[in-house]
Amino acid sequence: MAEIIQEEKAGGKKKAKKHAPHIDMTPMVDLMCLLITFFMLATAFSKPKIMEIVLPERQTDPNAPTPRIAASRTMNILLGPDNKIYWYTGNVKPEEYNSPPPLNETNFSATGIRKLLLERNRALFKKIDFVSNEVVTGKLVISQDSLKGSIRQLKKDDDTGPIVLIKAYKKANYGNVVDIFDEMNICGVAHYMLVDITWYEEKMVETAAGIAPTTPTPAKK
Amino acid sequence: MPKIKLPTKSPHIDMTPMVDLFSVVLMFLMLTATMSQPEPAPVDTPFSISEKPTPNFNTMTLLLSKDDKVYLNFDNGPDTSLKYRPKILTEMGKRYNIEFNETELKAFEKYPSSMGVPISKMKDFLAAKDLRQKAAFDTGIPIDSTDNQLADWILFTRQINPNAQACIKGDSKTSYPLVKRVLDIMQDKNVKQFNLITTLDAVKINLAEIQK
Repeated sequence: MAEIIQEEKAGGKKKAKKHAPHIDMTPMVDLMCLLITFFMLATAFSKPKIMEIVLPERQTDPNAPTPRIAASRTMNILLGPDNKIYWYTGNVKPEEYNSPPPLNETNFSATGIRKLLLERNRALFKKIDFVSNEVVTGKLVISQDSLKGSIRQLKKDDDTGPIVLIKAYKKANYGNVVDIFDEMNICGVAHYMLVDITWYEEKMVETAAGIAPTTPTPAKK
Repeated sequence: MPKIKLPTKSPHIDMTPMVDLFSVVLMFLMLTATMSQPEPAPVDTPFSISEKPTPNFNTMTLLLSKDDKVYLNFDNGPDTSLKYRPKILTEMGKRYNIEFNETELKAFEKYPSSMGVPISKMKDFLAAKDLRQKAAFDTGIPIDSTDNQLADWILFTRQINPNAQACIKGDSKTSYPLVKRVLDIMQDKNVKQFNLITTLDAVKINLAEIQK
């Protein structure tokens, strides 16, 4: 962009210039380029994104039946301290409350929880992947909205994938919760829910993590 | 063979149209750029793959800081003509028997960022001259069950602006019990849908990878 201005030859009678003085605009253009780049990058990156979650309505009637789900499909994810994840499948029977089964430990990496979820959710993930691939390759021409709709329908119809119950131990942090929701979205898990941790599950986490138990055992009814 | 010598003359390019264009683009970008408001507490939002942009108006944003304080901000978009903020503050004042005068309401309307002030200190907070003095009052909104001001704020926000969507902007280091407490308060007030504010971090997995 730089331009070379040739020096006027010295000597001879100096004549007054006839044409308008020429202003070198190069530094101004340079500066504007920089500002434009800055603003373009700043506007593109600053916009934060949102992740929607829906919580169930608060149950006001204590006598209302609790929803029942198949134990074989249930996967409990317990978010522990220090970014650790513990999980077990099925449920803990009441007689096992005081000596609950040991937990499996995993982490937030791609080979950790994601692999686990994908193994369990493979059938549904394949279906979703198939539909989105059809759209990407142009075999199926539908709008982005109806793609989302059909993926939602696939998730609704799913009856083999896991039902994930996410429970956070009190030493977990907000980042863990968002990360685990994110994993659910990545793996296309159809049914997941954030639920309260129970006292025996807190005890299980404490045993697994090797920290002193803090949860009192509730009195037997 | 004699060499043909071209006259050495630096080509002069007229840059005026380019400068004009640049000016227009620059003006546009500067005007559309939303200046990020200074937040009372620094917050590192967690990452997610969600690509939905944050709504520009009709929001109430709960800011959960690292040191377990709760801040609240509402209707901070271009929608300020409806003057939700002073109305909500008046309602809050009625609830806690504090009368806010015209200047205080104006100051609350103008305050650009999230506030985390107990209602009893609100008058002093609004009277404070600059941001540094105001920051001294930022102790977080009380959320104890005995003095649950956050619940009242949410209640009145939703009464004044029924379309307000709840956004939660938390630091990834915020402890879970605080998040749980805030979600519980919201659930008690019948807010069921939440937007968690995150930063985009695209992750793609493909089928071949899983089948390995």
